[in-house]
Amino acid sequence: MKLDSMYQEIILDHYRNPHGKGLRDGDAEVHHVNPTCGDEITLRVRLDGSVVADVSYESQGCSISQASASVLNDLVVGKTVGEGQVIQEAFLELMQSKGQGEGDEEVLEDAVAFAGVSKYPARVKCALLSWMAWKDATAKALAEQPAIND
Amino acid sequence: MTTHTGSALTGLLDTDAIRKDFPVLQRVLHDGKPLVYLDNAATSQKPRQVLEALTAYYERHNANVHRGVHVLAEEATALYEGARDKVAAFINAPSRDEVIFTKNASESLNLVANMLGWADEPYRVDADAEIVITEMEHHSNIVPWQLLSQRTGAKLKWFGLTDEGRLDLSNIDELITEKTKVVSFTLVSNLLGTVNPVETIVRKAQSVGALVLIDASQAAPHMVLDVQALEADFVAFTGHKMLAPTGIGVLWGRQELLEDLPPFLGGGEMIETVTMGSSTYAPAPHKFEAGTPPIAQAVGLGAAVDYLSNIGMDKIAAHEHAITEYAVERLLEIPDLRIIGPRTAVDRGAAISFTLGDIHPHDVGQVLDEQGIAVRVGHHCARPVCLRYGIPATTRASFYLYSTPAEVDALIAGLHHVRNFFG
Repeated sequence: MKLDSMYQEIILDHYRNPHGKGLRDGDAEVHHVNPTCGDEITLRVRLDGSVVADVSYESQGCSISQASASVLNDLVVGKTVGEGQVIQEAFLELMQSKGQGEGDEEVLEDAVAFAGVSKYPARVKCALLSWMAWKDATAKALAEQPAIND
Repeated sequence: MTTHTGSALTGLLDTDAIRKDFPVLQRVLHDGKPLVYLDNAATSQKPRQVLEALTAYYERHNANVHRGVHVLAEEATALYEGARDKVAAFINAPSRDEVIFTKNASESLNLVANMLGWADEPYRVDADAEIVITEMEHHSNIVPWQLLSQRTGAKLKWFGLTDEGRLDLSNIDELITEKTKVVSFTLVSNLLGTVNPVETIVRKAQSVGALVLIDASQAAPHMVLDVQALEADFVAFTGHKMLAPTGIGVLWGRQELLEDLPPFLGGGEMIETVTMGSSTYAPAPHKFEAGTPPIAQAVGLGAAVDYLSNIGMDKIAAHEHAITEYAVERLLEIPDLRIIGPRTAVDRGAAISFTLGDIHPHDVGQVLDEQGIAVRVGHHCARPVCLRYGIPATTRASFYLYSTPAEVDALIAGLHHVRNFFG
């Protein structure tokens, strides 16, 4: 059934048991909404030098948006900002593939399960909500960081 | 197991015959699932009679309206103005000149808000004035008043809602006062389905000399709409929810108001004479119809009105009432299902919003879609209602003259499937 290609078991698992949910200390906070369906996320990023020390979030929304935030937390926490950005760009590319992309499992790990979502234009924004929030929050956190590396 | 009474409902229309007029209802989706179209509050489907009127217009009569001296221009004008006559009769307007064609209900509502901002006394909305709306309005009957309020300094007030999804009229005397210049409210809520007590509000507004605008977008398709019986000053609705094409809406207004109030958009067709210094304006309705109007769409609306009138709006209302009563009863059988709005079919239209446990409406809608069932999910352009009831969004099923008890049954089965899928 076509629906199973979107609602992969791995997505439903993340939806039922989201990883890293809840707001904790951070260096920057953003609030993003998806006005078409009312999905919302408040997301904080904490950096430790160039490493993403934590991504914490409070969110409400559909299973796709909730699972996507959980996978985001799994994938970027502990990586450098640069590595996280590579993953974020790979995920964005997969979501914009209109059902054609499969995703590189080496880079995206669990996030390749979202490949089926890219067939549903109305749901792509759900999958991207937390990732866009993370991108935004990270840029903010970097801007506020003293330029110790320069 | 509850005994299902779908086949024993009374007052139903001959939907077998009606559905043959709607080509899209024959569609089969997703490997053999017949379309179950329950998104009628968003837009209705179109019968062959409307589609044929559009085609005939473009194939045989297409021309710009008014002032043309050639055959096609005369025919196009007769068809366009003929549609105005049909709409006037449909809403029991005292005069055809009180029917203004717009592009949709939003434009109709914005038109009134703008007229009142530019008007002379006694209609002018200024810093001393108050505007009254309700918490159950569609965004199109909220935002134009927020804009007017911001631009003029007028105070915007609103009726709140009861837990049962009705208007809270307990503070009507504090809301509608001598300062109130205009009261604008929906006849039927697009999210809650509630039918509002027009007479109580209109009487109060009249007693303080305020104008009344009624948003009839969710009423005109579904029940007898008699603008004289409503006793409002303006009534707005849109064509596409009542079998007509998109791009055509209506504003009905009382003649003396339309004469006194200033135009909104300027342009061709709305003038009497123009010099480089100034212009005088055509009488209503043309004063409010600047530019080439949506001609084919108006002709389509005329055909839609004919179709609805041939069946009879009272019979359509009875059909939808029976379907709604059955749907409410069956929906309440589902565990964790919470209807947002009246839990009865009394004083309620055929749009039913609900939440299903913790399952997000987006997921509900997606799994229903896989079974060929089209519903709407989200805040339905009435976000304040969602905030009022502490929910992010709802799933909404909405019925029309071609809806059947079997479609209600399909929805119920679909919702059980949704629960199992996410359970």
